Amino acid sequence: MKKMIFILSAVIIGGLTCGLLDVPHPFGDPGVVPMDEHFLGQALKDLSTENVVTSIVFDYRGFDTIGEAAVLFTAICSVTALFREGRKKS
Amino acid sequence: MIGNAPFFVVGLLFLWGLMAIFTQKNLIKIAMAITILGSSVNMFLVALGYRTGGRVPIHFLEGDGGPMVLPTPQAMTLTAIVIALATTALILSLIMLIYRHYGTINVDEVRRLRG
Amino acid sequence: MKPLSLIVRTGCNLFAWFMLVFGVNVVVHGYASPGGGFQGGAIVATFIAFLLVSYGGEKIHSWVNEKIYDLILEETGLLLFITLAFMGLPTSFFYNFFTIPWEAYQQTGRLFPQGTTAIMSIAVGIEVAGALSMVILSMFKGIRLVSDRQIEEEPGHDR
Repeated sequence: MKKMIFILSAVIIGGLTCGLLDVPHPFGDPGVVPMDEHFLGQALKDLSTENVVTSIVFDYRGFDTIGEAAVLFTAICSVTALFREGRKKS
Repeated sequence: MIGNAPFFVVGLLFLWGLMAIFTQKNLIKIAMAITILGSSVNMFLVALGYRTGGRVPIHFLEGDGGPMVLPTPQAMTLTAIVIALATTALILSLIMLIYRHYGTINVDEVRRLRG
Repeated sequence: MKPLSLIVRTGCNLFAWFMLVFGVNVVVHGYASPGGGFQGGAIVATFIAFLLVSYGGEKIHSWVNEKIYDLILEETGLLLFITLAFMGLPTSFFYNFFTIPWEAYQQTGRLFPQGTTAIMSIAVGIEVAGALSMVILSMFKGIRLVSDRQIEEEPGHDR
């Protein structure tokens, strides 16, 4: 079992190192992304929002945020239900 | 090669979390490893959107210098962090209930059946 | 858990309110400065964490009504967020219906030019603050359920 784990880790490390030698976009140069250029140019003009990240989270991609709020609400409901009062002691 | 050093750091952090999940027996340590793994993925996403000499993507606060960094990976990372927080709360709650039922958080001892 | 010593309780009494004010500041100025709903809500939730760590779980659970966090804060924030999203529905979902562009704002100088972005940030801040406070309170209650016996000598607690 230990030997299998070490072989697996060696394979993963080797594969990741070979992959990092030839990434399509190196660090510090993501290339031209038209969507982000549009956001950076238009967020202040259209919405008068100084913080571009906030305008993306709550306006351009609000649908992701609504799903995330639903996930958070579901997790809180399950945590509250796990520790509800009146559970019998084991 | 040396310019990609942040990606190497993120890869090492990811492998650290993965190896901890495979080898550890303590459930709390496994939860910590899952959190480290998620944090490494978040760091990879933020590092993908960085531009050399870039500024913070906030108008009138950016100072002088080159172009702004990409804002969309940062926004998506913000969403991912909150989801990871909810998942971590649920994992820790289940670990507390496992400790209450079995009296231990060792994986090998939890595996045995107990009425 | 037992309460901590007098020095820690006095310090937490003082600084918990400063953390609350700082969190509200981060939430309200989320459209123009680093921060926003999620981060400010997490800072607001540290208020109850301060009090829980310094005073112990039993006293806080006798003080706090959990329905305030669960029903009022969390669900009000979520409902406000979804209602604001649906109010732009004649054009599209999540349409920013009462923003004004930057040039018109420079000329008129109306308040709240950001429209629903700022209000949604406040709504999500309310929701996240209630949710994280609820998580902390529930897990402290879970600690009380888990430990049947009273722990007499707890390390790090001097009294």
